[in-house]
Amino acid sequence: MTANGMQAKGMKVWHFSEMAYHPAWEHLGDSYRVTIPSRLFDPKIGADLYHRYLDEWALCDELGINIMTNEHHATATCADSVCTIPMAILARETKKVRLLALGMPIGNRNDPIRVAEEYSMIDVISRGRLDMGFVKGVPFEISPANTNPADLTERFWEAHDLILKAMTSHDGPFNWEGTHFQYRSVNVWPRPYQQPHPPVWTPVGSAGSASEAAARGITIGVLNTGWARTPAIFEAYRSKARDVGREPRLDKLAYMALIGVGRTREEGWRRADQILDYSRTSGNVAPQFASPPGYVPAAGAAQMLKGGGAMAARATRVQTKDGHPINPRTMTVEQAIDAGLSFAGTPDDVWDQLKAFYDHVGGFGHLLMMGQGGHISHEDTVDNLTMFSKEVLPRLAELG
Amino acid sequence: MERIDIGGIAVETEIVGTGPPLLFLHGGDYVAQNRACLDRLARRFRVVAPRHPGFGATPRPAWFRTVHDIAYLYLDLLDRLDLNDATLVGHSFGGWVALEMAVRSQARLGRLVLIDSLGIKTGGREERDIADIYALPAEEVLRRSFVDPAGAVPDYAVLGDAELLAIARDREATALYGWKPYMHDPALVHWLHRITCPALVLWGDQDGIAAPAYGERLAAALPGASFERVAGAAHYPQIEQPDAVAAAIEAFAQEKRP
Repeated sequence: MTANGMQAKGMKVWHFSEMAYHPAWEHLGDSYRVTIPSRLFDPKIGADLYHRYLDEWALCDELGINIMTNEHHATATCADSVCTIPMAILARETKKVRLLALGMPIGNRNDPIRVAEEYSMIDVISRGRLDMGFVKGVPFEISPANTNPADLTERFWEAHDLILKAMTSHDGPFNWEGTHFQYRSVNVWPRPYQQPHPPVWTPVGSAGSASEAAARGITIGVLNTGWARTPAIFEAYRSKARDVGREPRLDKLAYMALIGVGRTREEGWRRADQILDYSRTSGNVAPQFASPPGYVPAAGAAQMLKGGGAMAARATRVQTKDGHPINPRTMTVEQAIDAGLSFAGTPDDVWDQLKAFYDHVGGFGHLLMMGQGGHISHEDTVDNLTMFSKEVLPRLAELG
Repeated sequence: MERIDIGGIAVETEIVGTGPPLLFLHGGDYVAQNRACLDRLARRFRVVAPRHPGFGATPRPAWFRTVHDIAYLYLDLLDRLDLNDATLVGHSFGGWVALEMAVRSQARLGRLVLIDSLGIKTGGREERDIADIYALPAEEVLRRSFVDPAGAVPDYAVLGDAELLAIARDREATALYGWKPYMHDPALVHWLHRITCPALVLWGDQDGIAAPAYGERLAAALPGASFERVAGAAHYPQIEQPDAVAAAIEAFAQEKRP
């Protein structure tokens, strides 16, 4: 029991990798996204990397670490452009751990019924091990999908409602003539393994979005918000959950951290430093794609206009504990630890940093562990995950 | 600024000047910068300049989502104000709205003026008729929009909150109506033959958003249209050359009908 009264049965850990195609990075300048040519992707190297990342996820089944995928488009930072493809492979390659796709950009996909079918099939093949994420997507996903940024939010929620209805209706077709999606015969086969449907997750980055998710009982994943911005987001979730009469359980809250464990502090930091290339590269995007009109509500967009644009706004997103902005492109491990973005060092170091963060934000039930990123080798990734599983994971049972 | 209620939408509308009626439909951005041209037109016309739903301070109901909706709204506005033999002027995105109105009804229209108008596609599927302002660097969009960007673009750091919010809403609404298909209605070009009133197509001779050749194709598809270039202007001639544009509209309005 934590101070805020939330119950948990021990923290769950999920290994997350963006399946980066880092060999292209050295050829890229200020932007790693949207317009970079695919001739920079060598399919032979790409095949090796896909198999390597899948092997690392498959290992998690033995280590007791759950699996998380995501997707991005037209980028060398994340070559996982369809989050359900690795999940489909892992649904059969693994037997025990849970599979979280965080997730499907349903406001950017034209066919929500296809999403319901993909998720249902994975849930059945994995015998009920799917956690399904629905994401709005970062602003630079708008251009590859060519979806309208000005009504993304309402399209997202209509797709969400339709997918859940499609997965939970088992008596033949129903009619859906909505604003964004029209079907006269929705009839999804197979029905999901878990009843009424797999758990629903969404990533959020603001108190407003957290509150929206809390009202619907959706589990939130909070990424890159750190020591400074996370407490208000979790508090908004707990507060809204109570308002609508839901118990604000710890297992509704997830936090992502970049984790490097080693036998020595130096080894853990070296691993974290390589994984941190995720944070150093993922925001590298040409400014015109960073805030398409309507993506941010008009009041926020007006303030951005005054403050020098979206890139200026993005530059203050990562902060030290005492509120000073850190440049994500040049961030050191020490700064990332201070900012609460990374837990790194010996197993004791990692535990101490994690526990301090946990107490600071009022607790959470899921740790989304970026255990692979950037140029970290396969051998180091395997050792990182294995050490975490043996030396840190057992201690997490006491959280909650 | 007046609020005119049309079908439950309180449309922010500026009405200035006296004379024959002129309905001015603004483009997607730099709405406040139309001021000089509208003031000049107000010497000869009764200028009616509404802010489209979703733009500025005009609300947009959830169901109201397409340029067709805006076109019907302003056909209602012409009825409401009982404007007859009106000169309809549309710039850029507002030109698209004007075209959609005119293919539906010219009952209250005397003349049509299109300034660097969007709304049609004439090229093939791998050709881009209209520059993608959402994918080009901001500086390049400015270079394509204005001959002298420094003389036209406001200093956002000193604008008041209400003005900034209005601009943010302008940009959001432009995206909402114009994102896909991009700034045009695929069928519209096939209905332009219905526009039989005299039309003047004015085009900034350095427009890098929609090139003058696009404007010439638009003019060629309108049965009664003539095409004129405006020197010293790009996509916003009424902002960069307000007197020349106003003078061209005044002269056109005085021409005898064929």
